[in-house]
Amino acid sequence: MERIDHMKYLPDMEVLEDSDIGERVVRAMRNYDYSKYTAADVKRALSAEYLSPDDFGALLSPAAEPFLEDMARRATLETHKHFGNSVLLFTPLYISNYCENHCIYCGFNCQNKIRRAKLDEDGIRREMEAIAKTGMEEVLILTGESRKMSDVEYIGRACSIAHEYFKNVGVEVYPMNTDEYAYIHECGADYVTVFQETYDSDRYEQLHLAGHKRIFPYRLNAQERAVRGGMRGVAFAALLGLSDFRKDAFAVGTHAYLIQRKYPHAEISFSCPRLRPIINNDKINPKDVHERQLLQVMCAYRIFMPFAGLTISTRERAGFRDNVVGMCATKISAGVSTGIGSHTEEESAGDSQFEISDTRSLAEVIEAIKGRGLQPVLNDYVYV
Amino acid sequence: MSDKLIIGGHEFSSRFILGSGKFDLDLINAAVEHAGAEIVTLALRRVNSFSGNILEHIPAGVTLLPNTSGARTAEEAYKIARLAREAGCGEFIKIEVIHDSKYLLPDNYETAKACEMLAKDGFIPLPYMYPDLNAARDMVNAGAAAIMPLAAPIGSNQGLATKQFIRILIEEIDLPIIVDAGIGKPSQACEAMEMGAAAIMANTAIATAGNIVEMAKAFKHAIIAGRTAYLAGTGRVLDKASASSPLTGFIRE
Repeated sequence: MERIDHMKYLPDMEVLEDSDIGERVVRAMRNYDYSKYTAADVKRALSAEYLSPDDFGALLSPAAEPFLEDMARRATLETHKHFGNSVLLFTPLYISNYCENHCIYCGFNCQNKIRRAKLDEDGIRREMEAIAKTGMEEVLILTGESRKMSDVEYIGRACSIAHEYFKNVGVEVYPMNTDEYAYIHECGADYVTVFQETYDSDRYEQLHLAGHKRIFPYRLNAQERAVRGGMRGVAFAALLGLSDFRKDAFAVGTHAYLIQRKYPHAEISFSCPRLRPIINNDKINPKDVHERQLLQVMCAYRIFMPFAGLTISTRERAGFRDNVVGMCATKISAGVSTGIGSHTEEESAGDSQFEISDTRSLAEVIEAIKGRGLQPVLNDYVYV
Repeated sequence: MSDKLIIGGHEFSSRFILGSGKFDLDLINAAVEHAGAEIVTLALRRVNSFSGNILEHIPAGVTLLPNTSGARTAEEAYKIARLAREAGCGEFIKIEVIHDSKYLLPDNYETAKACEMLAKDGFIPLPYMYPDLNAARDMVNAGAAAIMPLAAPIGSNQGLATKQFIRILIEEIDLPIIVDAGIGKPSQACEAMEMGAAAIMANTAIATAGNIVEMAKAFKHAIIAGRTAYLAGTGRVLDKASASSPLTGFIRE
């Protein structure tokens, strides 16, 4: 199969001619040499009131590993200061797993033989009703990335239905143009999550063999288009383990930093996914990114941007998740099932994207949060 | 001696306003009881959230001060205020219009606009603002019932970073000046009250204390002490000792 140029926009993909944020992020990442930092740099970063991007770089470096305990303490203080005891809860809902992309690490990839399914409007409603019954007030709508099988109108319709059942609606779908984000926003969604997977464009090219997703810069500028489309908040992430995780984490933080400086009203949040095994490939493992490194990245995000949200996914085990809320994470998913239709059917119609590690219900996660002296919050948002 | 705080025609005995945004809901009762707060703020966006309705956690006799947090423009603040009124929160509204996710600094221009819209619609607006005299005057003219300048960036516990500007507001504005945001310690609350602030609003300082009830008590006493000192008239503090031979001793008639 002939591979298209991953740096060249396809027709219909909006180009932000007036923005250089994407280029600046990539340049900053290329210049980031984590081997140059010393213990003194780390100490300086930890004692700075407001951290510079270079301080952030120090906290992500190997030199900071012996300071993980200090980082955790500082992170806890910052989290407490900015979020108090609150921990936000949400559940993701997968409405379609059709995908046109060929990303070699992902269970949804179009070459992987899995059961495909797409919920119709009744199906979406049934699933949402079931989730809302558990008491959940925030939902994150996800699809595989196929504009053919789940077009913008379909996603918009799902957002409108979600708006009836939930106070807060986010989407994690394929990147869109500004006017499409504006449309989804009108339908009731106010938060957009796009994982860049890796900010290393060469590595990106090797991992994303086909489909719209192959176009690196279009994905990179998704958050800026979302903010311009009127979205209240945008979330950033790299899938840690795909490439050099330190460089990727540095790029994630720099990206969020530059968006926040240009759009100071935008609410910023981070996710910290690590690679997980998928159906038909159980050899995938986040070898370099052990829990210790993951925690270092999370604490670095928190200390660098103490006001930003940080979501901890069900990819991680319950014991890890429970300990990072209140320390650096501010948001946790619960009652998660990544299959299609699995909130109402015993046997889901479509297979899941990845294997989850924490299968606890909302009630169980709430109890765990309360047990740590924290306050579960199901909504902290008003759609206006 | 009757020393009441009067906001929008309503009388309060306590000059301590409690924030609820970062509280564990179960502790609100205890904090109100021990700190004697009669006004509790409430983020509308938290209403109906977990543990039932926050309104149910507010003890009887306490006045709710819903805020418009989440608003980025005057129009959004207006919409949120109306939602608060529909939810049964009354006419008091603390205006928060924030267009900055990092420092959470209020937007004075939009806040003054929101003040005007809300006052016209029968609300009792209490604008949270950056202490700027011109903006405060605009808010007074727009119908504010009190002015709530920030002492330091919210949640920063930095104390009276804007002290000199708050002092100017106290001198020049005829409405109660309620110091909001940034107060980290009871001594700072006391200092603001000594200076003539009408009330103190605190949240993070108490929410993050080792013992919430004890810290709430400490704030209560500090605020009373500062107020008492203000009413007593603090003694003059001169930079240098007075000269023993007066400079004007040569005057004869």
